[in-house]
Amino acid sequence: MKTIEELMAIRDKAKEKMTVREDTGDNAIRVVVGMATCGIAAGARPVLSAFVNEIEKRHLKGVTVSQTGCIGMCQYEPIVEVLEPGKEKVTYVKMTAEKAVRVVNDHLVNGNPIMEFTIGAVTK
Amino acid sequence: MYRSHVLVCGGTGCTSSNSLQIIEAMEKEIKRQGLEEEVKVVRTGCFGLCALGPIMVIYPEGSFYSHVTVADVPEIVEEHLLKGRLVKRLLYDENAESGEVEKIKSLRETDFYKKQLRVALRNCGVIDPENIEEYIAMDGYMALAKCLKELKPEDVIKIVMDSGLRGRGGGGFPTGKKWSFTAANAADQKYVVCNADEGDPGAFMDRSVLEGDPHCIVEAMTICGYATGASEGYIYVRAEYPIAVKRLQKAIEQAHEYGLLGENIFDSGFNFDLHVRLGAGAFVCGEETALMTSIEGNRGEPRPRPPYPAIKGLFGKPTTENNVETFANIPQIILKGADWFASMGTEKSKGTKVFALGGKINNTGLVEIPMGTTLREIVEEIGGGVPNGKKFKAAQTGGPSGGCIPASLMDTPIDYDNLTAIGCMMGSGGLIVMDEDNCMVDIAKFFLNFTVDESCGKCTPCRVGTKRLLELLDKITNGKGTMEDLDKLEDLCHYIKENALCGLGQTAPNPVLATLKFFREEYEAHIKEKKCPAGVCKALMTYSIDPDKCRGCTACARKCPAGAISGNVKEVHKIDTTVCIKCGVCMETCKFGAVVKK
Repeated sequence: MKTIEELMAIRDKAKEKMTVREDTGDNAIRVVVGMATCGIAAGARPVLSAFVNEIEKRHLKGVTVSQTGCIGMCQYEPIVEVLEPGKEKVTYVKMTAEKAVRVVNDHLVNGNPIMEFTIGAVTK
Repeated sequence: MYRSHVLVCGGTGCTSSNSLQIIEAMEKEIKRQGLEEEVKVVRTGCFGLCALGPIMVIYPEGSFYSHVTVADVPEIVEEHLLKGRLVKRLLYDENAESGEVEKIKSLRETDFYKKQLRVALRNCGVIDPENIEEYIAMDGYMALAKCLKELKPEDVIKIVMDSGLRGRGGGGFPTGKKWSFTAANAADQKYVVCNADEGDPGAFMDRSVLEGDPHCIVEAMTICGYATGASEGYIYVRAEYPIAVKRLQKAIEQAHEYGLLGENIFDSGFNFDLHVRLGAGAFVCGEETALMTSIEGNRGEPRPRPPYPAIKGLFGKPTTENNVETFANIPQIILKGADWFASMGTEKSKGTKVFALGGKINNTGLVEIPMGTTLREIVEEIGGGVPNGKKFKAAQTGGPSGGCIPASLMDTPIDYDNLTAIGCMMGSGGLIVMDEDNCMVDIAKFFLNFTVDESCGKCTPCRVGTKRLLELLDKITNGKGTMEDLDKLEDLCHYIKENALCGLGQTAPNPVLATLKFFREEYEAHIKEKKCPAGVCKALMTYSIDPDKCRGCTACARKCPAGAISGNVKEVHKIDTTVCIKCGVCMETCKFGAVVKK
């Protein structure tokens, strides 16, 4: 180790790996993936991984990804809910890894929910 | 990236209740469920709530599971990690009450943590102590970089001096001053020594810091070396702390790999190296001169001071010797500044202090509080009070060198000077809570027994004096004491205090003096009434059976190991006091409360 910059580079890299342990408080955006038997069977796992990886790639802060059980609409699984404090819940259905990447990009980064993926669009 | 981190406590407390097996089972189960790419298991240092161990915290939710067993592991993995459902039955009580998943209290908001202020313990239970990168992520080694790159040694000493940090080993000597003494002495070789020979019964603060955050000690000692002009350091740690030793060695190894120890650190021309020395567990080796003698390879015995270690210390060279907790504060002080540190605590005692809570208290464990917090806050709020509705009687601080704080002084703000003023001592931070069932004479005897055992024997006042003190206490607890014995006891205490060679002897009479001061009536009860008010001293009590309550069920007679109870079925039983060994089994056995202890 020769310089402070070197040390800071290691610090920043290591810190990113530990963001999951930060106390994000009530202001965090929560991405909840349905991971009951129905969700997993319909392919929720790659969706979950896609969210996690994409959020990491974009260095997004204040977003947590967690799982939940069956919410009773098994035919629409994999279901993903995005909960933003102070905003209405957005429920995405029939998700795929590709769609997940788009949700991170459009919804989480730019704040535009993708209406065509939501439950409202599908059940119409 | 891992979407979830499972933190399992790997401190000594939780390790002894199988946390390592839990980690192993956890990793196996996670693999079985195919989650190994998503979930990471981290072994951390002590969380502090040892009474609830083994402890597990799962992020991002921050769910706090207590009393986890290996058998719970499949459920945790399947329910929590796979399906995202909390395992409510394992949640820490305070959390469970709120019920709702959305409302899990974060760890920091529980009663146990919210009054605490973690400086020395800031990384304990947060990072993986065996991973240098996690320490670096928490700004680790930044303070060292700042010292070597931006500060002159005298600047470093000034910051430490201005912060008001005082030695956490018990003495309370200003750390900056200590460093400046060593720095002022020119020599071809100087040393830094870390005193990790934590010997007080009931104290485990230093162990937890070493186990939970070993890199912080490595960093602080290196900073001390730079400030005082030393190029070598020794950590003297007891062999009874195998986890701490292992993690220290690993930390030193990793620091070498990253070029944070060794030659030309940060390209500054400064060289520093560290060695670990194991102590064999003699209490006297916690005394600085005895400790250095022991590092040198000799029998651990103290020597007279002066010369102080700053002039003639380890191997006859100028040496700075600090306690683990003192060092643990250093990196933060350098990074956040002297003013930040001085803003915490009381006028003359700055910063925080770690206490090991033990004895008759609900939340046994490790707490760190700002100086000036009252004993009442520690015991009743953080510690969760005395179990079984018993009444708080006193708290023993400072182990065998300290005294006790009675209930009447519970609102004293705890700092060095206040404790000294009431004849107590901060000590290293053991805090043993006692309730109405503890006999204060017996407590004094317990600590005296310890110091008699641990006296190294070099000086007469300690070797012979403590033995005589113990004999007097024995006489009193056996009901053979006289009122003159109390005066003799007090005289002898003062004599030992004034004449013993080192800290061990000088402080050994403290438990006797403190209990005499605050609980003299208990001593007098032992002497005048031949009674032990708390019912602890065996020689002074008798068991008997209340004839009105005895139903003649024979349960006590069958359990009595001495065969001291006689009586026929459905007849009142009787205890033969000449045969009774006062073990108390009959009292525990009797369902009717007929056995009485007087």
